[in-house]
Amino acid sequence: MMVYLTRRYRFSAGHRLHNEALSAEENRRVYGKCNNPNGHGHNYVLEVTVAGPVDPSTGMVCDLTLLDGTVEREVLEPFDHKNLNLDVENFHQRVPTTENLSVEIFDLLRKRLEDSGKGP
Amino acid sequence: MERPELFYAGAAMIYLTRRVEFSASHYYHNPQWTAVENQRVFGNCDNPHGHGHNYVLEVTVAGSINPATGMLGDSKELKARLEQEVLQVLDHKSLNHEVAAFAAKIPTSENIAMEIWKLLASKLTFGSLHQIRLYETPDLFVDYFGE
Repeated sequence: MMVYLTRRYRFSAGHRLHNEALSAEENRRVYGKCNNPNGHGHNYVLEVTVAGPVDPSTGMVCDLTLLDGTVEREVLEPFDHKNLNLDVENFHQRVPTTENLSVEIFDLLRKRLEDSGKGP
Repeated sequence: MERPELFYAGAAMIYLTRRVEFSASHYYHNPQWTAVENQRVFGNCDNPHGHGHNYVLEVTVAGSINPATGMLGDSKELKARLEQEVLQVLDHKSLNHEVAAFAAKIPTSENIAMEIWKLLASKLTFGSLHQIRLYETPDLFVDYFGE
């Protein structure tokens, strides 16, 4: 009996899409206006889905306080109102595309939720 | 001249989703726990006077296209089934007190979604039930696929 629970969060951050390994011209061709050296920002919407059986004592898939706290600490605090390229260490060497951001968030959350022993 | 085929028909799988809303009240409480434990786990959802939500329910039915109509089935029928089997049971009710399934089960979104599946799955007049998505708020929802 698998139930999927999704929680939606929001954060705002600045970034610039730029690959040091490419020439200035290639960067402009690949990333277009996202390559603007001064950066730009987005209001990101993050949907986190956890899956699992329903715990009969709580009727829940996952402790929501734990999920909210983990997302707050692992994602919102480091990312919200930050410049992703400059303020988040993992994006010093990696382009902060939405794809890379998703993978980064997935890894951060999975590790913490698994370590807690109380997650899904 | 041969009559052109009017609709895509055959084995292709189509998913039809119907959205309805209902409003209900609930509270979370496990009678086997102390008041302190209930408060710790359920926080302000443990208030025995209850609180309410405007739930949004999305029901997805899967099946193949009927070549005579170009449709999976009559969506009015689905609406009527939802009305009769689900909304009449849950809408404007106190889930803990008025819905038998929640006399001994906490009416969380997870349990409500599974209960809706149970109420509806055998009552459809076309297709098969594929997904129940239940929004408790725009920022919190559960999906259940019957397994």
